[in-house]
Amino acid sequence: MPLQAMRIPALAAGACAASGCRGVQSALDPAGPAAATIAQTWWLMAAGATLVLALVLALLWYTLARRQDGADFRHGTRVIVLGGLVLPTAALIALLVYGTDAGRRVMAMDEAVDLVVEVEGRQWFWTFHYLDDGGARVASTVNTLALPRGRMVEFRVSSVDVIHSFWIPRLGGKIDAIPGRTNTLRLRADLEGRMRGQCAEFCGLQHARMAFDVVSWPGERFDAWLADDARPSPTPSPPPVELPAARTPATPSQSTGTPTQ
Amino acid sequence: MTSAAHADTPQARLSALHRIWRNAPGFVGQLTAVNHTTVGLRFIFTGFAFLLVGGLLSMFIRLQLAWPGNQVLDPALYNQFVTMHGTTMMFLFAVPIMEGFAMYLIPKMLGTRDLPFPRASALGYWCYLFGGIFLYSSFLFGGAPDAGWFMYVPLSDSTYTPGLSADFWLIGVTFAEIAAVTAAVELIVAILITRAPGMGIQRMPLFAWYILVTAFMIAFGFPPLIMASVLLEIERAFGFAFFEVARGGDPLLWQHLFWLFGHPEVYIIFLPAAGVVSTLIPTFARRAAVGYTWIVLAIIATGFLSFGLWVHHMFAVGIPLLSLSFFSAASMMVAIPMGIQLFSWLATLWSGKPWIRVPMLYLIGFFFIFVLGGLTGVMLALVPFDWQVHDTHFVVAHLHYVIIGGLLFPLFAGLYYWLPLMSGRMPSESLSRTGFWLVFIGFNLTFLPMHLTGLLGLPRRVYTYSPELGVSWLNLLSTAAGFVLAVGIIAILIDVALCIRHGRRGPPNPWQAGSLEWAVPVPVPPYNFASIPTVASGYPLWDDAAVAARSADTDGLLADARDGRRELLGTGLLSAAPEQVIRISHSTWVPLLTALTIGALLACFIAKLYLLAALAVLPLLALVGTWLWTTGDRHAPAQVEVAPGVRLPTQASAPNAPGWWALVVSLLIDGSLFASLVFAYFYLWLGAPAWPPPSSEAGGWLIPAVAVALLVASEPAMRWALHSGDRGFPMRLRAGLLLAAVLGTAFLVLHGLALEATVGAPQTHAYASVVWTLAGFHGVHLLVGVLIAVFVWARSRAGYVDATRRLEPRIAAAYWRYAVAQGVIAWTVIHVFPRLAS
Repeated sequence: MPLQAMRIPALAAGACAASGCRGVQSALDPAGPAAATIAQTWWLMAAGATLVLALVLALLWYTLARRQDGADFRHGTRVIVLGGLVLPTAALIALLVYGTDAGRRVMAMDEAVDLVVEVEGRQWFWTFHYLDDGGARVASTVNTLALPRGRMVEFRVSSVDVIHSFWIPRLGGKIDAIPGRTNTLRLRADLEGRMRGQCAEFCGLQHARMAFDVVSWPGERFDAWLADDARPSPTPSPPPVELPAARTPATPSQSTGTPTQ
Repeated sequence: MTSAAHADTPQARLSALHRIWRNAPGFVGQLTAVNHTTVGLRFIFTGFAFLLVGGLLSMFIRLQLAWPGNQVLDPALYNQFVTMHGTTMMFLFAVPIMEGFAMYLIPKMLGTRDLPFPRASALGYWCYLFGGIFLYSSFLFGGAPDAGWFMYVPLSDSTYTPGLSADFWLIGVTFAEIAAVTAAVELIVAILITRAPGMGIQRMPLFAWYILVTAFMIAFGFPPLIMASVLLEIERAFGFAFFEVARGGDPLLWQHLFWLFGHPEVYIIFLPAAGVVSTLIPTFARRAAVGYTWIVLAIIATGFLSFGLWVHHMFAVGIPLLSLSFFSAASMMVAIPMGIQLFSWLATLWSGKPWIRVPMLYLIGFFFIFVLGGLTGVMLALVPFDWQVHDTHFVVAHLHYVIIGGLLFPLFAGLYYWLPLMSGRMPSESLSRTGFWLVFIGFNLTFLPMHLTGLLGLPRRVYTYSPELGVSWLNLLSTAAGFVLAVGIIAILIDVALCIRHGRRGPPNPWQAGSLEWAVPVPVPPYNFASIPTVASGYPLWDDAAVAARSADTDGLLADARDGRRELLGTGLLSAAPEQVIRISHSTWVPLLTALTIGALLACFIAKLYLLAALAVLPLLALVGTWLWTTGDRHAPAQVEVAPGVRLPTQASAPNAPGWWALVVSLLIDGSLFASLVFAYFYLWLGAPAWPPPSSEAGGWLIPAVAVALLVASEPAMRWALHSGDRGFPMRLRAGLLLAAVLGTAFLVLHGLALEATVGAPQTHAYASVVWTLAGFHGVHLLVGVLIAVFVWARSRAGYVDATRRLEPRIAAAYWRYAVAQGVIAWTVIHVFPRLAS
């Protein structure tokens, strides 16, 4: 099912990959249904916007370049009503209807949830707590997120200090981590492999370094890890502190049960 | 004051006008100047200076981002540069520079001599300059603000940003914003009551409509930010609790208040530039704008709609999708009035005979860049798409396309267009085009790639990024092209300066435009028009070839300045029929001294010298008192002869006096400020489990009820005072003023005691903080009302006020009524609502 739904964006992504849209943190290289829906929306809107821009520029060119000994143009009001009122209204209504439907699909509120992960943002690292069916924490990781492929994961996101934002572009949109609130985000990874997420709300000195790795494993391997190797930790491990400017930022930190490739 | 008996020749009249209207000589003249031409140019010049400073910051930002792992700026300095770049461009460049254009052009376009409150314009300029200096001085006192130009809490509160950097932002920006507020009052009143006779509102220049709507947007849109800044500052300085979760506050309250300002702000920036476009297109199409009424409706619709969009900056905070859909729809809808304007411009060009000169070249650039930016704006309005690109470089690309396309290109077009008016010289058709191409190509190569880097996962405000993202080469391109853009902007400014000094001299009205500012002789005299023109069409210079010559003659309206005073003609709001003679201020030290005193007060405050800051209020009151005491003209006759046989009242006796309308607009602004505070109260209530919280009690009824009864009783006292004054009983007027003042003061004391006993210290909980702030806000307003009442009492004693010159008691009574109404609302919110809600 997921593969079929991803056919059109897959085509676009194929074209896009040739021109370099692939990337571990690319919204144009979707690895899940939410990101695929949004990427499709982007390609449609980009095409529409290009058409509108071309139309406006063509009109501008025409009005400036035409011979001025032609007949007087007396249809100014018609141009204003058609171009300024009718055309935008029709296009925007269509876009709004499409967008509202896309938004509902992306939120996936009607789908069943297979796994719940609590996300804690703090300056400047992420802690993930994996919950069992009873709501108890059975595993915790820092700066690396393990996900089971093909299963709907609900993230419950909050912050212990300032506002951060939890974002995995290849899987879907972002949700802010706000102290005193718990926000919910649902994502599903349909492809295996490594992705990257990053804090997307300015949170102070090392905001640029507040990224995290995401690994998507086959379901059995994830279950095995959760059962055997993972350990819960009641308090998060200390952050991966000083990152010298010259090297690649954010290698996953070592904590109890950090998954390895 | 009265001119000595001398020959009443045209030459004598002109030299009298020159003598009365010109600035004092030398440096002193520059410091005391209040004339709109001088102050407007000053705003423009200073605005460009801040553009260069903000641009310099951005060059460092681009160098740092040119390649991953760069160490051009360390993270702390980078965050300061990013914050100051945004803050400078938004508050110290974009808004003030268009204010400057409006100040310079509006009186000339409207056919009048100056703005109605010249001292307020001058005060605005000094506050803008000193506010900018105050903000930048933070680099010397521990570091510039570094929490991003949005200053989101909790990052910007005292826990996560200790030190003074955030306070420099909150206080400095508010100081500079005084300019926006004074400009709003000034421009609204100017456009409503000083238009040339015959310039009915249905045919006034489109630029005036744009500025009118913009000024109203400033009036309603700036107060939420001012209130938010005040709340955060008293939280940082005195421990109040509006945004802190542990004490019942909510960080999202800041975001709502900020964006309630922030979204109208971008239209406040764009609309005046669109006004420039609507002015230039008819000139370069050689025909009147097509769809005048459509454009006016579109401008007004934009003004209203822009206040309903703010949540589109908050799509990722966790608000339910249904609410987001409303804001998404509204954000898309605002594209429609934009489209109407766009197609009006196209229809005008289509219906006319276009010709391309340097200003038109910039408008072509505007069409390309702004339309592209508007289209990405529509994309961002789509909620799921925004969830991906919110807070990424995609948004950085969008905002630069709409601001540089929508503001900077029309600004440069206007600069070259009005250059001949200001200097008498023409832009160079060959050299001046080089700057355009540098900026156009440099801009697009810098910012177009950012749409892609954002989609590839590059967030905003990052000092570096991982090479894994694959955005390294695109960033290098943006940096290189950024230098081209910078060189282009500098080239334009140098080119403009050179044209002013050495450009080819041009004829009067070289673009053969139709609007009145081109009827002003060059070099521009300080009084604009020797005789106030009368107009009969929307393009006076096209339909009446002699209007320029007639307004340079000295036998028309107000040409005889026999009393030696600066005079404007006041006309009716809609029809522009002559109604009054407005006497305005000559050059004076008061605005500069007032701005310096405010600066000293704020410096003491930020240095935590609170007693000294409180003492600084005294010289401030003295200056304001001097200002008000010298308003109007004590010896003004009840009527002035504006032309042989035509006599009009002076403003003290006129129903549409500028002072009256200034009060109305000021109360709209203040009402918006109060509404923001009431919004904060109800927003905090919505998020609270118990209201009042256990740390406060509701308290008894008796004292609050007595207090509000005293307040309400003061209103009929003030009414009685006004009516007595109107019927010629000055002693009763004075008695009534003092009675109202006493009753108001009694309310303040009693209400303060009641709150003290029940609410507890403001630092305990957000409830206590917001209740004390509401009460304190109103208290300040009531004290101002008491001061106004005492002032009018003194004016009555001194003989400035009588049954015909009733403007001042009228203002005092109207202000008092507003203060009483505000007090009743605040009292109801504080004492009645919690009981109803529980």
